[in-house]
Amino acid sequence: MKPASSFRELTPAPESALADVRFGTRAVRLPLGENLAAALLLAGIMPFRLTPVSGAPRGPFCMMGACFDCLVEIDGVTRQACMLTVTEDMAIDMPAAGKGDGDA
Amino acid sequence: MREVDLIIIGAGPAGMSAAGRAAECGLSVVILDEQPVAGGQIYRDVDRASALRGDILGKDFTEGQKLTQRLDHKNITHLKGAVVWQIEDGPRVSYTHAGQGGTVCAKRLLLATGALERPMPIPGWTLPGVMTAGAAQILLKQSGIACKGAVLVGSGPLLYLIGSQMVRAGVPPLALVETQTRHDFIGSLRHLGGALRGWRYLLKGAAMLWHLRRARVPRYVAASSLAIEGKEAAQAVAFTSKGKSRRIACETVLLHHGVVPNTQTARSIDIPHQWDEEQACFVPQCDEWGRTPKTDVFIAGDGAGIGGAKAAALAGEIAALDIACDLGQLTSADRDAAARPLRARLINERAARPFIDSAYPPYAAALAPQDATIVCRCEEVTAGDIRRMAGLGCTGPNQTKAFGRAGMGPCQGRYCGLTVTRLLADANGVSPDETGHYRIRPPIKPVTLGEIAAMTPQETKADSK
Ligand SMILES: Cc1cc2nc3c(=O)[nH]c(=O)nc-3n(C[C@H](O)[C@H](O)[C@H](O)COP(=O)(O)OP(=O)(O)OC[C@H]3O[C@@H](n4cnc5c(N)ncnc54)[C@H](O)[C@@H]3O)c2cc1C
Ligand code: FES
Repeated sequence: MKPASSFRELTPAPESALADVRFGTRAVRLPLGENLAAALLLAGIMPFRLTPVSGAPRGPFCMMGACFDCLVEIDGVTRQACMLTVTEDMAIDMPAAGKGDGDA
Repeated sequence: MREVDLIIIGAGPAGMSAAGRAAECGLSVVILDEQPVAGGQIYRDVDRASALRGDILGKDFTEGQKLTQRLDHKNITHLKGAVVWQIEDGPRVSYTHAGQGGTVCAKRLLLATGALERPMPIPGWTLPGVMTAGAAQILLKQSGIACKGAVLVGSGPLLYLIGSQMVRAGVPPLALVETQTRHDFIGSLRHLGGALRGWRYLLKGAAMLWHLRRARVPRYVAASSLAIEGKEAAQAVAFTSKGKSRRIACETVLLHHGVVPNTQTARSIDIPHQWDEEQACFVPQCDEWGRTPKTDVFIAGDGAGIGGAKAAALAGEIAALDIACDLGQLTSADRDAAARPLRARLINERAARPFIDSAYPPYAAALAPQDATIVCRCEEVTAGDIRRMAGLGCTGPNQTKAFGRAGMGPCQGRYCGLTVTRLLADANGVSPDETGHYRIRPPIKPVTLGEIAAMTPQETKADSK
């Protein structure tokens, strides 16, 4: 079942435009080509990560690439979800606590 | 390596109009923006979104298409989705584009990197479900996603704008909680003369408020003691208004108390900045053309001081004229003649600004937060930690960075810099100018070793629009 989301899509994407994506152990279907952070929010995914210092939950804050609170791990690289778009078969993990400092 | 006359960083109103004017003057232009499409913050994804939801976003938004059209010029290469992470003398700009590093060189550089939301550190502002009002707008513009059960908190016209857009989208906010006071309003009346010259803005503000009232969105003013409650995510906003304690249960909290210049690129090349008392932020030093003390680097738009989208577009054109003159494409007489009408419009655009700034000042308690409030979101450093560091002799932000990691995280102080400067200045009894700001060093945006390794040393793949 789809978890409850605090967000509503004004014009829902057609079934044919959805991609199969994995977030941690969950399988979700997200609109292909959509902003990744937006798509995850819509799918009810929260938090995106736990902070390296205290393990506190976090999710997108600025949606413009400035705050780094939307960090996720894709193919072992920590990246800003709000600066990516959804692609087919994306495999996303939460940055492990103690990591998640970007890949600078 | 690719070489052009002018590199522009930022494809918002300032960068787009500068590119358009420079190209018309015969300059070759590369414009880089980390977003996948042109528009900047205000006109985010305007070409696509106008058709899909122009009715919700309004005419002020769809108008941005006139600017994106200007990029369609043979002299302009727009590198979409290019993240700039280093600027060097030359000027030379390094970026990541489609997973590959690249470098481009030019005779002149224009920074048009815009604004950021002013950090609003209040208890609970790091909880999931708390976002900036600008973030909600980006979700709406770019993705057609509206926040349900949201409370808007803070001050300023942008709150009314997002509120009325949410009403039109059929998902009205649960409440509008504003921090400005009657006293602020009375104080702002001394700027009424200027405001009346910018009457269009006043009228727009009044229309949006009326729209929110008609939609029966409850409005609380002069709110204080703001806090966001919740354990794993935001669950409620608590505050005091008119002597009464209130608590509104909600799923999303949207914060906004103004925007401030995004000075990251300018600081990374040591352009001097000064404290602007009226706007309570640092602004880079530049002349009436936008030229900085590094004479081949210009700044235009909100990155040079907050003036709004129309002012940003005008400033971009004005900078482009001076750059074209520099490079021998315009005589100084032609430059001045072309700039005159633009400057007259700029003065009008800026006329309402002092009124808006004083009627909607930042929320005071977020400028000097309580000890327990987190100020550095990345490293979870509190206001109390910073005050203790001041007590131990820290005079500037770079020392607090070394002491307690504030500003060391991936955001590089974008959302704590102003707060840390203010806390140290207050604690040490000196000015923000004397206190200074974080030193910003490249990479200004994260870059992977793989992306650097993929850089072609001699050539940049500048695939065009
Ligand atoms: C989130 C947000 C929403 C806003 N919404 C409105 C609104 O609805 N109405 C309004 O009147 N004002 C709004 N504002 C105020 C707005 O900043 C200005 O009105 C206007 O956008 C300023 O134009 P600009 O060209 O100076 O900068 P911007 O429009 O901000 O454009 C700057 C561009 O630079 C790019 N950039 C920055 N750093 C880099 C880098 N390192 N590498 C590559 N590219 C980079 C950004 O991606 C961005 O596209 C908003 C501000 C913010 C922060
Ligand atoms: S939400 Fe702020 S960087 Fe992505």
